[in-house]
Amino acid sequence: MDLQIALLLGQDGIVNGAIYALLALALVLVFAVTRVIFIPQGEFVAYGALTLASLQAGGTPGTLWLLLALGALVAAIDAPVIARQGGRRLAGLLGRQILYPLAVAALVLGAGPRDWPLALQVLLTLALVVPLGPQLYRLAYQPIAEAPVLILLIVSVALHLALVGLGLLFFGAEGSRTPAFSELSLDIGGLTVTGQSLWVVGASAVLIVALYVFFEKSLYGKALRATAINRAGARLMGISTTLAGKLSFLLAAAIGALSGILIAPITTIYYDTGFLVGLKGFVGAIVGGLASYPVAAAGALLVGLLESFSSFWASAFKEVIVFTLIIPVLVWRSLTTRHVEEEE
Amino acid sequence: MSGMTGVEEVAPILEVNDLCVSYGKVEALHHVSLKVRPGEIVTVIGPNGAGKTTLLSAIMGVLPVARGEVRFRGEAPAHIDIERMVASGMTLVPEKRELFGEMSVADNLLLGAFMRRRLGFRDEGETMEKVYAIFPRLKERHQQMAGTLSGGERQMLAVGRALMAQPRLLMLDEPSLGLAPLIVREIFRVVADLRKLGVAVLLVEQNARAALQVSDYGYVLETGEIALEGPSDQLEDDPKVVEAYLGLGGKHAA
Repeated sequence: MDLQIALLLGQDGIVNGAIYALLALALVLVFAVTRVIFIPQGEFVAYGALTLASLQAGGTPGTLWLLLALGALVAAIDAPVIARQGGRRLAGLLGRQILYPLAVAALVLGAGPRDWPLALQVLLTLALVVPLGPQLYRLAYQPIAEAPVLILLIVSVALHLALVGLGLLFFGAEGSRTPAFSELSLDIGGLTVTGQSLWVVGASAVLIVALYVFFEKSLYGKALRATAINRAGARLMGISTTLAGKLSFLLAAAIGALSGILIAPITTIYYDTGFLVGLKGFVGAIVGGLASYPVAAAGALLVGLLESFSSFWASAFKEVIVFTLIIPVLVWRSLTTRHVEEEE
Repeated sequence: MSGMTGVEEVAPILEVNDLCVSYGKVEALHHVSLKVRPGEIVTVIGPNGAGKTTLLSAIMGVLPVARGEVRFRGEAPAHIDIERMVASGMTLVPEKRELFGEMSVADNLLLGAFMRRRLGFRDEGETMEKVYAIFPRLKERHQQMAGTLSGGERQMLAVGRALMAQPRLLMLDEPSLGLAPLIVREIFRVVADLRKLGVAVLLVEQNARAALQVSDYGYVLETGEIALEGPSDQLEDDPKVVEAYLGLGGKHAA
């Protein structure tokens, strides 16, 4: 291997690692706040990429029907309870779960998003996919929010299988690739850096900084951290478990969909690609013990680099090597982590 | 401390009627009734395991109520949930404090005002200055992580955080637990001063002497039932209370 190949692999690793880092952050966030190991995180990556591809091809993405159906379901379940709390809250519920999906449907079906500029197509994709996060939380996790971690995990597996199946139904078995955000190509000392790689790394960095500011400075970010630190204490402040859960699922869905949109021009995305991408983010999150954001991000970057270099040396064993990383990490963590119980 | 005149005419802010709470098949509270009026300090004393914490948890909506009614500010919801209770002006300082250990003192206080912010109030800055005035120690340590505070400072932070919600009724679960006598005195001084702010206090204590001295009215809870009640100064002199809870030290020795 010469330096040029090493640089090329390094670039590849960093670009993929940036995406894994975003997913790792989302997984840590969801687990810390709700104790859910969010296996369907990867499905949001696939849904984001494939919804954008479908809009660009002039089709009607199946995620639209999912948004409408889940909205109707949430409204049907919540309306009788919310109605007793007053008309304004009921109007809010119906607005979010019925009118909003209908408005998005009108845009997708009537406004011809095929000819829109890319930025607007991306926004429409996010408008379609991101609300699925809180909706799924409401339907699948909220009724069992106090259940043990294992039960939440099993629900995650079920949800993952259901979403992959729906992905096949919505988008078919063929993969899709979207055009690059920019055709820019830089030549730096013999190394070609594509505009899309810069987009991925830049957007990931911006998103990570934005998340940091959100958690450190905003009231709702602090409320999410408080819920992660002490759920009982947070509830006594009026920070409901439901609110925190929906908010963290909203963020996770947004991060997932954006990641999908960012990598769609680099790699072909199939309905089931998300799982493997999400799993690599998960390895990163495990390195951080599902608790530390910076360590999780660094771990995910390491996964990206490991993956790209192992694809050069032993491409048949690429996935094996990446997932084997989890074993020494778990051994090291279980040997070094002391369990400190809260004063009971 | 006690003996507010004319309290009988004021409608109670909290009225608990015939409350029963069970853990599985074990009934922890049997037909408990009590009243707290605005600006009044009411204490519930009793031995360990009598159900004092259960009582506060049920009023707040942390635990489900099996039977009976909790009427707060005139309303008795069929289903008590914590968020609604916080929104209508009730806060609980739990026995374990439940602080956000890895967050700063200032952030802990800010989150105390979370529900007020959601309801549209933007006065948390002023409220925080008032809390700092009550507990200057918290101001000195406002950047410090809550988990690094001493026991006394933690209790101050827990009470301060609860006050950030500008409650009408503050419920305190064993505020003196594990604290040095000097700190206990300071906490009780603050509790007594809350009356001036018009805050009603429901205080649960094993430290019966301190609790009766600071309060207007007291209930004695034994094995899930109210065994005795009365104005605090009368309870202090009641032979049964003296024997069981106040010991031989005399009532002015605290």
